[in-house]
Amino acid sequence: MSSPTSGGTGDVLVLGADLAGRGAADLLIRDGRFADPHDAHPDAHRVDAYGLVALPGLVDLHTHLREPGREDAETVATGTAAAARGGYTAVLAMANTSPVTDTAEAAEHLLDVGRSAGSAQVVPIGAVSKGLAGEELAELGLMARSAARTRVFSDDGHCVADARLMRRALEYVRAFDGVVAQHAQDPRLAGPDACCDEGPVSGRLGLPGWPAVAEAGIVARDVGLAELTRSRLHVCHVSTAETVDVLRWAKQRGIEVTAEVTPHHLLLTVDELLGYDPTYKVNPPLRSAEDVAAVRDALTDGTIDVVATDHAPHARHDKEHAFVDAASGMLGLETALAVVVETMVRPGSLGWGEVATRMSSVPAHIARLGDQGRPLAVGEPANLTLVDPARRTTVDRDTSVSLSRNNPWHGRDLPDPVVATWWAGRATYGR
Amino acid sequence: MRHLLSAADLDAAEITEILDLGEEMALVQGRPVKKLPALRGRTVVNLFFEDSTRTRSSFELAGKWLSADVINISAKGSSVSKGESLRDTVLTVASMGVDALVIRHMASGAPLQAARWFAELGLGVHVVNAGDGTHEHPTQALLDAFTLRRHFRAQEPRRGDDRDLETFAGRRIAVVGDITHSRVARSNVALLTTLGAQVVLVAPPTLLPAGVDGWPVEVRTDLDAVLGEVDAVMMLRVQRERMSGGYFPTPREYTVGYGLTRARLGLLRPGAAIAHPGPMNRGLEISADAADSAGSLILDQVAAGVAVRMSVLYQLLGGADEGGALR
Repeated sequence: MSSPTSGGTGDVLVLGADLAGRGAADLLIRDGRFADPHDAHPDAHRVDAYGLVALPGLVDLHTHLREPGREDAETVATGTAAAARGGYTAVLAMANTSPVTDTAEAAEHLLDVGRSAGSAQVVPIGAVSKGLAGEELAELGLMARSAARTRVFSDDGHCVADARLMRRALEYVRAFDGVVAQHAQDPRLAGPDACCDEGPVSGRLGLPGWPAVAEAGIVARDVGLAELTRSRLHVCHVSTAETVDVLRWAKQRGIEVTAEVTPHHLLLTVDELLGYDPTYKVNPPLRSAEDVAAVRDALTDGTIDVVATDHAPHARHDKEHAFVDAASGMLGLETALAVVVETMVRPGSLGWGEVATRMSSVPAHIARLGDQGRPLAVGEPANLTLVDPARRTTVDRDTSVSLSRNNPWHGRDLPDPVVATWWAGRATYGR
Repeated sequence: MRHLLSAADLDAAEITEILDLGEEMALVQGRPVKKLPALRGRTVVNLFFEDSTRTRSSFELAGKWLSADVINISAKGSSVSKGESLRDTVLTVASMGVDALVIRHMASGAPLQAARWFAELGLGVHVVNAGDGTHEHPTQALLDAFTLRRHFRAQEPRRGDDRDLETFAGRRIAVVGDITHSRVARSNVALLTTLGAQVVLVAPPTLLPAGVDGWPVEVRTDLDAVLGEVDAVMMLRVQRERMSGGYFPTPREYTVGYGLTRARLGLLRPGAAIAHPGPMNRGLEISADAADSAGSLILDQVAAGVAVRMSVLYQLLGGADEGGALR
């Protein structure tokens, strides 16, 4: 593979890649967009992509960049570098930073940092409630009107547990085509200590249980609220078969609900907790093998719309506590496509075109991003990820470009698909 | 095995070795001069992140009677709130060159994590789990087995019952109370089952752990029906925070349903043993009549605690090359 940097003319000619499963063709990148390959300058930098797959740049609906506030765990620069390495050209940055992204000023600040330091487009997510406190609405409309043009609102990390506040948020964002992304966790059934799927493993290990119904119950309520308010609901990190059933019912009813699943919930199970290693502590927790099968089926049939990483970097010392005291979350951006290839593409559940919808065009559409998730076609923004479907590697956490090392895939043999990434025509990753 | 982390890690032969050595240690306990030179020059640190007078004292006496140097460190309060990670705390103590760390922690799994960090760094310190959250309390289960073994052999001798598997075969032992939050229950289930006993868990459904149907036990909710069927009954302490946690309506109702009241004593078989890991809430889970009855083994358990912990420390630390159950 030759370097994806552009040649003297600025033209990059990508030769022979399979365009998201629709057959091989050439792509010309010029001035940030795709142009007709027949117009390529003779001196164009040529990238041999025969045997590779071209995907539209991936879009992550659920990233924690930790800046501002915890720049020891991740920054906009390192988080988006990890994104580029994972094939992403846009990340939606969750609001639970310090300070919280709950004002137009905070959203615009993050937008500016993203523009100057980012290796991918940084799209601020606004908090639903002031300070994520779950009590009063944040200035949703001002964030929507700001330069950040916020459309996705979430208190992620906390559930919007108050039914009336959730109803008002859904109603209010309808004015500007916004969506509320819910972290579904009934705090009365799964409190702050809950850290293990409630079942045989939690009972045996003596870890506070996080029952499936604490997720499905909130989702059942929220799809009802979405129906009542005729607004858009997005469900973050679906982890249980019960929630899948609720989503399937809601979609059959015509309710405007979308949902995501994380790579770790597609592959890892609660059995990883048997050694009390906080690397595997995540919220919602890893679930049973039956749940893993259910979310895979749901991603296959479209009940779950997208894969989102919930990339959650943590400083090492925040993970070196007793299991119940350690921080929740795991890295995801660099390995997300690898896990999707392993769990969905190789078994034949998803083709490359479906990978493109679930990891690029649909998440871009949910977030109302005009320049992301577009077809690989002349005139479109040149957001491109080149993928080698066959390559594999043993994941080594120390080679990550993230600042953090809470990598649950360390030491595992996984696909190593991402070869190169271009964001708006700019090479942001290449090996 | 170089640590004692979980009762589930022990096979029957290892349990027997610990209990038999415990009997020898108990002889020392009866002497006017109790000191053995066995662990002279070895250092044992009791690292207690959670208060416990009796377990800490028991380990302290066990170490001292074996002539080990014993230091108690109280690290009460969450290490998170102090800003120091658990890893830093345990590595700091281990790096002083101690031979064994006896760890009590309010979080499940903490001693297992410590042992893993020591292994990663090649530190040879031995770890004893002195109770971790709602997970396990293996030395409690060992002392319970030690006490019950003596009781069964004295009360109802069997041919060949110098072998533990013979002593415990078919014995039915009820464990009553808050199973969900009990490390004592988890360790006892593992240990007594390994020895061939049949464990019967008795609790209101709110205090039965998730997945208990998959445990190798019998689960019951009606104490009265169980009492006449068992050889021993172990009453668990009701923690104060459970009383207001909505697990049962009132302490009064708990006592009526699950307390070993004076009236219930009459339901027990003659010679049935009564055990309690302490500290007792007299009048709540156990009546004074039961605690002080002829069948009560509660003070025997306390005495056995020191002997069994001496045995465990000796198994871990006694002699560089001697094989023991825990080496």
